[in-house]
Amino acid sequence: MNKRVNPIKRSYLLLEEWFTLSFGSSWNPLYHLGTLAFFFFWIVLISGIYLFIFFDTSIVGAYTSVEYMTHEQWYAGGIMRSLHRYASDAAVVTILLHMFREFALDRYRGFRWWSWVTGVPTLWFVITVGITGYWLVWDELGLYVAVLSSQLMDSLPLMSGSMSRDFLAGRLTDRLFTLMGFLHLLGQPILLIFAIWLHVKRLSHVEVTAPRGLAVGSFLALMALSLLVPATSHGPADLTKVPAVLRLDWFYLNVYPLLDKWPGEQVWMLTTSITVLLMLMPWLPPKKSERVAEVHLDNCNGCGQCAQDCPFDAISIQARTDDARWENEVVVDPGLCASCGICVGSCHSSNPFRHAKKTLETGIDMPQFPIDDIRTRTESALSELKGDTRIMVFGCDNANDIEALRADNVAVLSLFCTGMLPPTLVEYAQRQGADGVFITGCRTGDCYFRLGNSWLDQRFEGKRKPALRQRAKRDRITVYRAAETDTAKLRRRLAEFQRDIAALNQEEAVSRSSQDREAGDA
Amino acid sequence: MLKVLRYPLQALNYAVFMLLVWYFSAAPSYTQLQPDQAVVTVAFAHAGKRIEECRQLSQEELARLPPNMRAPMDCPRERSPVTVELLLDGELLIEEVAKAPGLYNDLGIDVYRSAKVPVGEHTLAVRMNDNMRVEGPTYTHEETVNLEPAQLLVIDFNSETGSFVVQ
Repeated sequence: MNKRVNPIKRSYLLLEEWFTLSFGSSWNPLYHLGTLAFFFFWIVLISGIYLFIFFDTSIVGAYTSVEYMTHEQWYAGGIMRSLHRYASDAAVVTILLHMFREFALDRYRGFRWWSWVTGVPTLWFVITVGITGYWLVWDELGLYVAVLSSQLMDSLPLMSGSMSRDFLAGRLTDRLFTLMGFLHLLGQPILLIFAIWLHVKRLSHVEVTAPRGLAVGSFLALMALSLLVPATSHGPADLTKVPAVLRLDWFYLNVYPLLDKWPGEQVWMLTTSITVLLMLMPWLPPKKSERVAEVHLDNCNGCGQCAQDCPFDAISIQARTDDARWENEVVVDPGLCASCGICVGSCHSSNPFRHAKKTLETGIDMPQFPIDDIRTRTESALSELKGDTRIMVFGCDNANDIEALRADNVAVLSLFCTGMLPPTLVEYAQRQGADGVFITGCRTGDCYFRLGNSWLDQRFEGKRKPALRQRAKRDRITVYRAAETDTAKLRRRLAEFQRDIAALNQEEAVSRSSQDREAGDA
Repeated sequence: MLKVLRYPLQALNYAVFMLLVWYFSAAPSYTQLQPDQAVVTVAFAHAGKRIEECRQLSQEELARLPPNMRAPMDCPRERSPVTVELLLDGELLIEEVAKAPGLYNDLGIDVYRSAKVPVGEHTLAVRMNDNMRVEGPTYTHEETVNLEPAQLLVIDFNSETGSFVVQ
């Protein structure tokens, strides 16, 4: 019986499926929300540099320079302005989707707390850069943003003096405007880059480049939007008037209408409460922590493959501390380890053909599910199988529940991640009587532990150590990845695989009997 | 699915995404002020009077102080809160009691309060008390104004001349 999937996760997985149908797994935008946000920031940066060349950082010149770019130079400055605005908005959409995805898939608690906690203020940094951007246009919306932002700042108890009074006729000087320009063009972007660096600090192999197809498609879509509906300004800011009707950018300015109803203190309280609540979410409730990977120096030669493969940068290499002849050893940082077991799959010592008659020990192991247990359970599961088409299914705990696939001729073994599977274990299962080995796990491109799927594929393709050896029967191995809601598809694919294996068995039987006949004739 | 069949689906997805981006980047519009409304803002900086008068120290008191601290006048730092009331056609529109900021409540206050009002001719009366030792307003001003739609009328206070300025 499969686990019940909560409605939020189910809805998200449906959406993900739709995007895989449209874009394929490798271009599925939901798998690249972070890199897409990066891509949009690049567009914002490049268009921003162009706009800055023609922008006049003064009260009198700001509006006219933006109007010049929008209307007189529509073919370049106008497009750049529209790209600047729409790419900024698209970045917020992708960031919000990114947050929703991590929440829906329960990828914000436990070892992921750092990325979540640092991600929340990063969103606020993005929002504040957008706010100062609207300010700089110095149209009616810019004035509205400036006055209300000042009121918000004035309501902070630590602020002395009134910033709001600076926006009364006759008081405003270019100095404040220059400060805003500095903040938007340099100060805030530097803070944002620092926040992003913190956000990904606990990850290794961080991808910052969106797939080319997705980047080209997104850029063309933004260009089309910029040409069809160019971004325009409101009327010029007039300090003697209050802008009546405003076309707000709700991605950035959604808090401002609240200031019409509530005092600044209450708005701060609301936004701060939401922020704190979001930041506390990883502990509401906390995720049960698992035991972390353990290094067994007796079986570790310090090759560092596990350190290279660790998706969370939890393993480092240091000089040997014992008297073994190897130069290095690996060390696990318990604070960073996600207990994914990928390191076990990376270790050359996790070879089940070793120590056939005694306990299998490896260089790095998961104490709660050691490699020896994996070997023993594989052997035991295979020994109980009946029939001609015996299949060994390896799955992962974070994807489809493979227990439902168990049958007289199908044995199952769920690992923490399929990246935990040493390629030699597949070969070992075949030697132990499996006619076919069926590997499933998180959907392609969406590994719960980030890199398990990729490493497994690369090991099978011989592009990553430890590689699947040539002697493994590759035509009897298949990989089909399935999320928790893909049970029917998974069953269909397994049935197909069983038919393929049955056909292979038959072919081999025919071939063997003809060989036997030939040998008899000879 | 055939790759060629994916392109129309991708185009559809991009179109929906861009529609979302375009719409919420400028819509729905927000009405901050109705066409028949204007805004009156009371905005000024002013320091309230000291809560206690300065007092001349006696020779004995001065002698007890270290030589470098023998200032002849003892002036308590704490300043009075400032109370401002704005009345529109006799109705109270804004009321603000601003406590002097600072560790010793000795700094000047900043008032910035706005209210939406109907356009047309109105009598504005503004009253301020900056001395808690005095009952009632210490400064007053009354003026008839004709407000236009979306107009921002600012009531300032000039501490040097002790008068309100309506602009």
